[in-house]
Amino acid sequence: MRIVPGMIRFVVCALLTLACGQARALDPDEARHLLLRTGFGATSSEVQRLQPMSREQAVSRLLHDMGREAVTPPPGFTANAHPDWPAQWRSKDEEQKSIFNRARDAEAAELKAWWWQELIATPSPFTERLVLFWHGHFTSAMDKVRAPNYLFAQNALLRAHALGSFRALLHAVARDPAMVRYLDSLNNRKAGPNENFARELLELFTLGEGHYTEADIKAAARAFAGWHNDERAGVFRFNVREIDDGEKSFLGRSGPLTGDDVIDAILEKPQVARFVTRKLWLELVSDAPEPRELERLATVFRSSDYSIARLMRAMLTSVEFWAPRSRATLVKSPVELMVGAIRQVAPEFADTKLLVEYGKRMRQDLFNPPNVRGWPGGTAWISTESLLVRREALARLTSGIPADRGFAGDMSRLLLASPPLVAAIGELRGRQLVEALLLDPSYQVK
Amino acid sequence: MMSRRWFLLRSGALAFGSALSTGCVTTTRSPPGAGLGNVLVLIELNGGNDGLNTIIPYADPLYAKLRPKIGLAREEVVQLDATTALHPGLAPLKPSWDAGECAIVQSVGYDKPNLSHFRSIEIWDTASASDATVADGWVARALAPRQPLAGRVAEGVVLGRPVVGPLYGAKARVAMMQDASGFASQARRVAKPGAMATPTAALQHVVTTQASLRAAGDGIYDRLQQMRVPLQTVFPRTGIGGQLANAARLIAANVDVPAIKLSHGSFDTHTYQRNPHDRLIGELGAALAAFRQAMIERNAWGRVTVMTYAEFGRRPAENSAQGTDHGTAAPHFVLGGAVRGGFKGVAPRLDQLDGGGNLRHGVDFQSLYATMLKRWWGIDPAPVLGRSFPELDLFLT
Repeated sequence: MRIVPGMIRFVVCALLTLACGQARALDPDEARHLLLRTGFGATSSEVQRLQPMSREQAVSRLLHDMGREAVTPPPGFTANAHPDWPAQWRSKDEEQKSIFNRARDAEAAELKAWWWQELIATPSPFTERLVLFWHGHFTSAMDKVRAPNYLFAQNALLRAHALGSFRALLHAVARDPAMVRYLDSLNNRKAGPNENFARELLELFTLGEGHYTEADIKAAARAFAGWHNDERAGVFRFNVREIDDGEKSFLGRSGPLTGDDVIDAILEKPQVARFVTRKLWLELVSDAPEPRELERLATVFRSSDYSIARLMRAMLTSVEFWAPRSRATLVKSPVELMVGAIRQVAPEFADTKLLVEYGKRMRQDLFNPPNVRGWPGGTAWISTESLLVRREALARLTSGIPADRGFAGDMSRLLLASPPLVAAIGELRGRQLVEALLLDPSYQVK
Repeated sequence: MMSRRWFLLRSGALAFGSALSTGCVTTTRSPPGAGLGNVLVLIELNGGNDGLNTIIPYADPLYAKLRPKIGLAREEVVQLDATTALHPGLAPLKPSWDAGECAIVQSVGYDKPNLSHFRSIEIWDTASASDATVADGWVARALAPRQPLAGRVAEGVVLGRPVVGPLYGAKARVAMMQDASGFASQARRVAKPGAMATPTAALQHVVTTQASLRAAGDGIYDRLQQMRVPLQTVFPRTGIGGQLANAARLIAANVDVPAIKLSHGSFDTHTYQRNPHDRLIGELGAALAAFRQAMIERNAWGRVTVMTYAEFGRRPAENSAQGTDHGTAAPHFVLGGAVRGGFKGVAPRLDQLDGGGNLRHGVDFQSLYATMLKRWWGIDPAPVLGRSFPELDLFLT
């Protein structure tokens, strides 16, 4: 009698497991895959932590561990008062200008090193991957913005919203001081609308090219006229004299539309969810989105009023995500490559200035994407030029590993998403084996 | 007439003194005919160059009216004829214009212009119609199916901004680098990767790139080693100057590569554009003049053509922040020892703007490509571009 409930529970569990095929514990390849795709590559301790869990449990754990603030203390300059840009712009004193600019350059260098440090130190690599994704999506670049404190604040904004509501994120980005400078909202005036922000809002942030007209861009540009910064205080502020409250027609709506009306009108379009989901698929799942599955995920995203967490849970538990055919289909970004190598085999490496340099040479200069589309990603990361630098950096990172460090377990299976291509790898051990695995073409993919 | 021109050209080279010192003195010569031994140097003016402040319709009263703050005054410009002038930063190109080696193709664009940077450069890179999507770049399509000539290092070299653009896809081998010597000495030490049973596209790309890297490294290294006398010409120390210096070295060393792609920018001048635009144009003019001199020095100018391109021009009317927004048609340069210079295409009509306030195009950019394919590389343009386009009178031969 007493055995029966236990037996029933066992049978039910077994049946459920058979029926779903997902409640079972992860195998080592699956644990590696999840860690590689949502972080910077697996370490043996992370694999051990996840392995007893089912796919759902492991994904829940990743989402639960997400942070909304960085663990690395903010760069020192963020405690300073906002620099007086208007005075700087008016000034004719070249020496004073040069002092001002050098101070900003030093802050920019400090800021970049700060993020590399956070990438290495974070307890939640998935947080960093999503913040980096949104940084590439809602691009603002140091070369144009020039104000490191704005870009630090933008990074904090992306952290706070990384797994939150895409709707809230979009409204916040439109009034983010770095973005206001980057896409020229600062120069968007009633009498002469500047189309830069309006165009990229539609083309790159939400709908994608081909889902709006040039007239929509012109109307949206008018709606965002006067969305300026108070450059003395260093905060976003409406410039009421430049607000255009006239009639506008945008995506089928008419009226004295504001910028927020424009954003809400855009979010009515099912295309937004498709566009953003597709981009996240290419970041996390594979290089070839499966149309029906993509549509299902986009529907999850849209019907949850753009909950990024809901979308992530659906995407990371999807059959396509876990399918063996999806493995080794994506190219690692420079950040993934270097931070992964450090976390996996060279944790003593601490030269964040060198990482900034290597990132630049591999064309992923944090806080300074090449243009408003962000980093193109995918196979574009690998050219003859960048592959040389990637190999040089990996050799440099592994050169600091003590020669007598032991590496237990199947390192090839832990480090590579597909079998090594270099034939002689079987005879190597310890540090030499790790170096060879990192320089294998398979280490470049995930 | 042609040989006279070439005689003058050579005399010009002798005046520099460098041709004498390298001992390669020729008297008269005709430029070579079309073929894949010819080099096309493509310069992307990325961000979309403001054509009206580059080739300036200085005599058109509408120009001053559309550009009260950012327009160039008649006294500033380098007049080429009674209506049209060069930006003063392009004054170093005046000798090549006077020598008949510089063509200015005006109003280059396409039907149903797209004003997105990314979509429009994709249209240019892939040579597609505005509403069609084509996967591979036009230069890659043109060059890749051909049997590689013995010793060809790659179909294309990319210097500067790391974007392959027209060299993308079609199995074209692209060597991307910043400094030719540094690249070659590093690349020749990279292992040749092994073969795979069933690679993913991503892994195949890594392996193919690693193989191209090694092949290009070996090829370029050997050629540079054989080049005993360095180039005498001094290039400006700017981004585009450095890229053209590297291109010149590769050509002078006879590295077998038909296409070299460079980039210069950003020309995306939405605000306060005069200073940055003047600087960019000035850098371009100075670097191109040095490049021409270097090619003449090495007796290579006859087998080199330079062509600029960009996703679009900019809006004729300046905006309220003394900048210009995205536009449509724009002029482009074609320079080289085999080029028949002068104005080509049609002058921009500021009195006939379209509904968005933009210029109407007069020459399809694919006509430019068709001319390069047929007259410069000897490749039938129709299979590459999908149909035939009228050719332009850009070459002597």
